[in-house]
Amino acid sequence: MGKSLFEKVWDAHVVRKLVNGQSQLLIGTHLIHEVTSPQAFGMLRDKNLQVKYPHRTFATVDHIVPTNESLEPYSDPLAQGMIEELRKNCAENQVTFFDTNTGNQGIVHVVGPEQGITQPGTTIACGDSHTATHGAFGAIAFGIGTSQVRDVLATQTIALNKLKVRRINVDGDLLPGVYAKDVVLHIIRILGTQGGTGFAYEYGGTTFDNFTMEERMTVCNMSIEGGARAGYVNPDETTFEYLEGRPYSPSGEDWNAAVEQWKYFASDEDCTYDDIVNIDASEIQPTVTWGITPGQGIGIEETIPKLAEAPTQSERDSMSEAFEYMKFEGGSPIMGKKIDIAFIGSCTNGRLSDFEEVAKYVKGHKVADSLTAIIVPGSQVVAKIAEAKGLDKIFIEAGFEWRAAGCSMCLAMNPDKLIGDQLCASSSNRNFKGRQGSPTGRTMLMSPLMVAAAAVTGEVSDARKVFGLATAEI
Amino acid sequence: MSSTPINQVTGKGVFVPGDDVDTDRIIPARFMKCITFDGLGEYLFYDVRKTESGEDKKHNLNDPRFAEASIIISGNNFGCGSSREHAPQSILRAGYVAVIAGSFAEIFFGNSTNLGVVCAIASDVDRKAIAQAIDINPEIEISIDVENLRICYGENSVSCEIKPGARDSFLSGRYDPLDELLQGAGEVSKTASSLTYMKE
Repeated sequence: MGKSLFEKVWDAHVVRKLVNGQSQLLIGTHLIHEVTSPQAFGMLRDKNLQVKYPHRTFATVDHIVPTNESLEPYSDPLAQGMIEELRKNCAENQVTFFDTNTGNQGIVHVVGPEQGITQPGTTIACGDSHTATHGAFGAIAFGIGTSQVRDVLATQTIALNKLKVRRINVDGDLLPGVYAKDVVLHIIRILGTQGGTGFAYEYGGTTFDNFTMEERMTVCNMSIEGGARAGYVNPDETTFEYLEGRPYSPSGEDWNAAVEQWKYFASDEDCTYDDIVNIDASEIQPTVTWGITPGQGIGIEETIPKLAEAPTQSERDSMSEAFEYMKFEGGSPIMGKKIDIAFIGSCTNGRLSDFEEVAKYVKGHKVADSLTAIIVPGSQVVAKIAEAKGLDKIFIEAGFEWRAAGCSMCLAMNPDKLIGDQLCASSSNRNFKGRQGSPTGRTMLMSPLMVAAAAVTGEVSDARKVFGLATAEI
Repeated sequence: MSSTPINQVTGKGVFVPGDDVDTDRIIPARFMKCITFDGLGEYLFYDVRKTESGEDKKHNLNDPRFAEASIIISGNNFGCGSSREHAPQSILRAGYVAVIAGSFAEIFFGNSTNLGVVCAIASDVDRKAIAQAIDINPEIEISIDVENLRICYGENSVSCEIKPGARDSFLSGRYDPLDELLQGAGEVSKTASSLTYMKE
């Protein structure tokens, strides 16, 4: 019987069984950043241990980097301390660091793929839950805690239980104005925020076959929001085409051999899955969250569910907690909610194609006077290409602020934060209470183009109508 | 690292209501601008406990009746969201030794186990009963029997679930896996050398 990609990659990387029944799994590629690694390096120093495979460890700085000031020292001394600590740890341990002066710095989940570090058939770990992003290439990639960052630094392995695999098929063409972001918000809406616990999600079907690598990354990125620690797409020609010629991709004779190996890792047609879910792409609408978990989302034309519609008491409690926090009422339309801030960026939607799509439509439109709108490239490489294409000028002309690369307003570890109970239309991945820096700040997750539509109208809007999408496609 | 085995944890309880208590709520990101975990206990559940101007909200976590609690009782999908170990570190450093919830997010569960914070799963009905019992009498002693998978509170005893791997690790005192991982160095090199992309 055939094997899934997950099983093949697992088998190739499993070192041995541990006493408690877990497996010792080799982590081929270790990505680190400034927030979750300094304590791990400290633990290494305490135990007098070395980094075992420095050449398989790559660092960048993203969470704390200000997007509107480039000169050091940063105005926040804590942020300055963190970047300096990472610099020191990388230098002392011969770890490659994509520092701010390299032209390659950016969000770790944007940098890995664009440098060609992220490759099919590999295992990738990072002290960051959005590491599943790299699964878009057919890697088994997942977030780990800082003690595990220590374990990987010291041994290049972690102790892990094998995951089950759920195949999620999405078939057919997406409607105009429906994007990869809507696909993943839809998946989380139907499977729930804990439906993926214990699973790796294998995304497939014709919708994924036709997706670009950046679209696949957007979906894999939010696997954890559905409870799945890892999510992946089988590697194919789209994957290989993306990787060819990137700085860390194999080259010359090694390229063909690598592609042959990568093809082997794709799931066999006759493999079995622990669960299979089928979704019709044409049912997916531009999706917006109304609550405080990523699963609390609805189509743009729908109304916010009523308490009476909740199937269980615990769901009713969650809904009323969300209504109180968001200051929304059950039964009211999601459309028309007044927005204070629009944010396009993050490891979910901070890539070139996200900006190209928005630029295509916002040309000739103006951001509403009532709000602030910022666009933050996911990496310095993304920024450079976007600027070479003149996208920055289109955004600035339309009234957006064009910032420097970083995590920015996704999680508020830098100066980009909500104030008070501001309502933010956001292309990021989490709408938790306080996520964007203000304990009462409110987040609505949506696709970059839906954020742009909210930015120009000042309220949650249907991007298809605002930008005349159906006709623009013809 | 071999530590003292954890066969049982005992303490008073505090109820933190709600499902999907995420890691941003356990420790807001703005308190993570630090290079050690030392001081994180102070910021545990900060925005749950404090208003924007820094005053105490009405919450069990601020109620002096539960000041001595060392076991958190909460809802489903506890610890969802980010992989930040800052979350269980802040729980541990604020003096808590265990969390009883309906279910746990996977990364949080693993991070907690590595630190010796016991994550026990109990049913909605049982957690509700425990929450009611401690609300009536906060002095009630709660005891999680890791070996026999029971939670005792007052005169009552209910069953609980602790994932087998984690349970074994607590009982053997090997919940921090680093030493065992280091011992596998020879086999790690063998596995690494079989993978083209691991070559320098």
